Amino acid sequence: MATIKLENLIKTYGDVEVLHNLNGNIKDGEIVVVVGPSGCGKSTLLRMIAGLEKITSGEISIGAKIVNDLEPADRDIAMVFQNYALYPHMSVRQNMGYGLKIRKIRKQEIERRVQEAAEILGISEYLDRKPRQLSGGQRQRVAMGRAIVRDPQVFLFDEPLSNLDAKLRVQMRLEIRKLQKRLNVTSIYVTHDQVEAMTLGDRLMVLNDGVVEQFGTPIELYDNPETIFVAGFIGSPSMNFIPAEVTTKGISLCNGKKLKKNIKYKGKISIGIRPEHLEEDKNGNINIVTQMVEQLGSNSLLHGTLQDTDIEIVASMPGHITAEAGSMVSFSAKETNIHVFNPITGKRLG
Amino acid sequence: MVQNRPILDLVSHLVLIIGILIVALPIWITFVAATHDPLRMTQAPIPLLPGSYFWENFVTTLFGKGLSGAETAPVWRMLFNSLSMAMMIAIGKIAISLLSAFAIVYFKFPFRMGFFWLIFITLMLPVEVRILPTFEVVANLGMLNSYWGLSVPLIASATATFMFRQVFLTIPDEMLESSRIDGAKPLRFFWDILIPLSRTNIAALFVILFIYGWNQYLWPLLITTNSDMTTIVMSIKQMLESAEQQPEWNIIMMTALLAMIPPVFVVIAMQKLFVQGLTETDK
Repeated sequence: MATIKLENLIKTYGDVEVLHNLNGNIKDGEIVVVVGPSGCGKSTLLRMIAGLEKITSGEISIGAKIVNDLEPADRDIAMVFQNYALYPHMSVRQNMGYGLKIRKIRKQEIERRVQEAAEILGISEYLDRKPRQLSGGQRQRVAMGRAIVRDPQVFLFDEPLSNLDAKLRVQMRLEIRKLQKRLNVTSIYVTHDQVEAMTLGDRLMVLNDGVVEQFGTPIELYDNPETIFVAGFIGSPSMNFIPAEVTTKGISLCNGKKLKKNIKYKGKISIGIRPEHLEEDKNGNINIVTQMVEQLGSNSLLHGTLQDTDIEIVASMPGHITAEAGSMVSFSAKETNIHVFNPITGKRLG
Repeated sequence: MVQNRPILDLVSHLVLIIGILIVALPIWITFVAATHDPLRMTQAPIPLLPGSYFWENFVTTLFGKGLSGAETAPVWRMLFNSLSMAMMIAIGKIAISLLSAFAIVYFKFPFRMGFFWLIFITLMLPVEVRILPTFEVVANLGMLNSYWGLSVPLIASATATFMFRQVFLTIPDEMLESSRIDGAKPLRFFWDILIPLSRTNIAALFVILFIYGWNQYLWPLLITTNSDMTTIVMSIKQMLESAEQQPEWNIIMMTALLAMIPPVFVVIAMQKLFVQGLTETDK
């Protein structure tokens, strides 16, 4: 168990800088999810921590030790790969014990640890099978088992669930979370799936174009997104954005309607409201022309455009609703649920 | 064929049977010839049914002086020579090309691609083209009439290096990364992961190379002058030409029969792996 410290990390490939001056501290026993769209540098970051990619500049420490120049094997980490990377010619038992065998640990000790990990993961019956005789979920467990037996200071997960079907993914997600809490090993988990990130992480590091947009708990990110990017990325369906302007008379939306919210900033702004925070209100000022309704069972999604504009808005409403295409529905939102951003810098204003 | 079309079945079976007869006939004649006495073989028409001299011919060929009057080594000795040469060539080629493919795929060193193309270019030069300089080198090293002389010049192999390179390229990078995290050093990775993963390819290549080595004719002919070192393939030809008498067909055919056995054995023993190695894509 250990803390991880990332200081001024930079990674370049040739002339292209893919990570720009990245900082972050990961606490002992914490699971941090690095999340972002594909190509944002999240996998590169993980591979740098693992020692599979060279660090262009900056420092990575695990525990009190700077690990920049250490081989992956000497960093006391274990990694779970996206496609599991199990050795196809070895049995599950050999796969799990391979790292220990190289470290010249006694046979009985290896066997004991493999048994123990197999029991935790419920794969004891499969120990003598080859990976190709296992299902996706079982292979995933073996990959985790291989990490557990090493008893490392840090677990690294590189999109481990993306090859599984949706149902299994939800189940494995919970299991990883439980396992991580039980073993209490500092973990870094990379994913592009924001739902996975929200449910799994103690804290989330949102990466975009090699820059940390925000680093905080899932609730912080949901309630107080620091940037437009985070606001749009976290939450599903994603946040609605409406261009607006602050004048001496208050906030006016781009279609001329007024919105109540205390704000000191003057000039053009971008208003963000989550679909689930739009409340149907006959006197509301956010008028939406319905295009279609999606019925999800527990709630309904109303898709439409803001009156007199072609800005697309989604509203999530409880229960089943019926609304004709072309009809107008009015909404309002609580002041605390209205997020204001600077449309140019993307930073939060209030 | 899924459809039930008896006429088509009959015709295709007929074609296949005729094909088999055409291919098998020379082998049958070889076998028949090896079971008669020398006298019978000089009379026309040649026999088509086996005679009763199989065992006698077998013993004379394998342990005797071979052809009467000619100074050849006993055939068991030639079989042993051929076997040693073929094994040394096959194993040597595989070992060296595995290592060079490993270097080319997994290590970054200056002129890496340059070396690869250098190896690749040698594919364009057949053995016959470089046979004189090779002979000179082997002679100067004092390797004439030795197993080393028979095998070493034929060991370097661009084809095998190229093939193993392709095999290694299909092995996902995660395999390397995962073994690095497990703490495997390069040679450990080579031995524990790469070799087992290319097992079927190695087997397939072994079959091909063993037969290639077994069938070498020109090179052994050039560098062996001592009859103790002749290989079986070249001796068959020599037997036909040796002495000014009638060729002893029963002995020659028995030798040919014996010469066929080891390659057939290798093919049958490795058939399963051989087919897997050529068709398998799943890594």
